[in-house]
Amino acid sequence: MNIPVEYFLVLSTLLFFIGVFGFIVRKNLIGILMSVELILNAVNINFVVFNRFLFPDKLEGYIYGLFVIVVAAAETAVAIAIIINVYRSMKNIDVNTIKELKN
Amino acid sequence: MELFSANSIIFFLLATIILVFGVISVTTTKILRAATSLFFVLFAIAGLYLFLSYDFIAAVQLSVYAGGIVVLFVFAILLVKNLGEETEKVSCQKKLVGGIAAAAGVIVSLITIFKYGFIINESADAIAETVKMQTVGETLMGVDQYQYLLPFEASSILLLACIIGSVVVAQKNKEEKR
Repeated sequence: MNIPVEYFLVLSTLLFFIGVFGFIVRKNLIGILMSVELILNAVNINFVVFNRFLFPDKLEGYIYGLFVIVVAAAETAVAIAIIINVYRSMKNIDVNTIKELKN
Repeated sequence: MELFSANSIIFFLLATIILVFGVISVTTTKILRAATSLFFVLFAIAGLYLFLSYDFIAAVQLSVYAGGIVVLFVFAILLVKNLGEETEKVSCQKKLVGGIAAAAGVIVSLITIFKYGFIINESADAIAETVKMQTVGETLMGVDQYQYLLPFEASSILLLACIIGSVVVAQKNKEEKR
């Protein structure tokens, strides 16, 4: 392994802020959720890389990465259920036009 | 590091895939194409975990993200009508705000990364072999220090709550059914 740790961190930083850009720019809820997935994955790369390069004899970053994946999967499932419900009652999922919680 | 060793070629290939498809997935106007790009990004990240020789987390990434979440996204896109073909217009001002925010964040983070000076564990090269599955299992299931049974059980309760919650949220009302 002759890649410096900074290269991985630069990669995950760029991926994180690509996700932030998408989070700001996107207008429909599913696009925003995809950007959140990009952000979570960037953080996950950081966990795993810190574990590999800085503490290779422990497994903390590894286990944290696993838990991040689990929580992200749960969050996405619930969020998509909510989005489909919102679509069913309001017929669109544009964040600019959704202004009421109950119709 | 030399530039043309196998390691660096693989790393730069994976990094290029991740960044290019990440940019495509946030800038494309067709949402189904964005989902496909997201799939490639997640796939390349699994490759990155394999590159770091963490097999199990790469398998989890493939099966949970690339196999589960992307399929969920595609189903949601197809269930929500005329999202697939309709292009969404983004105002130039919003793009500018997002670009400035992202660029400022990148600059601050890069300065921090390169100024920090990470202390690399020298045995990182020596232990470039895969973590044994037995070690992962014992770490997940043990109750000693640096073992994680309690978060494991908490995440199982979280998953149960999410299953119940998403079923309750997504089911139709009784009036709608009639």
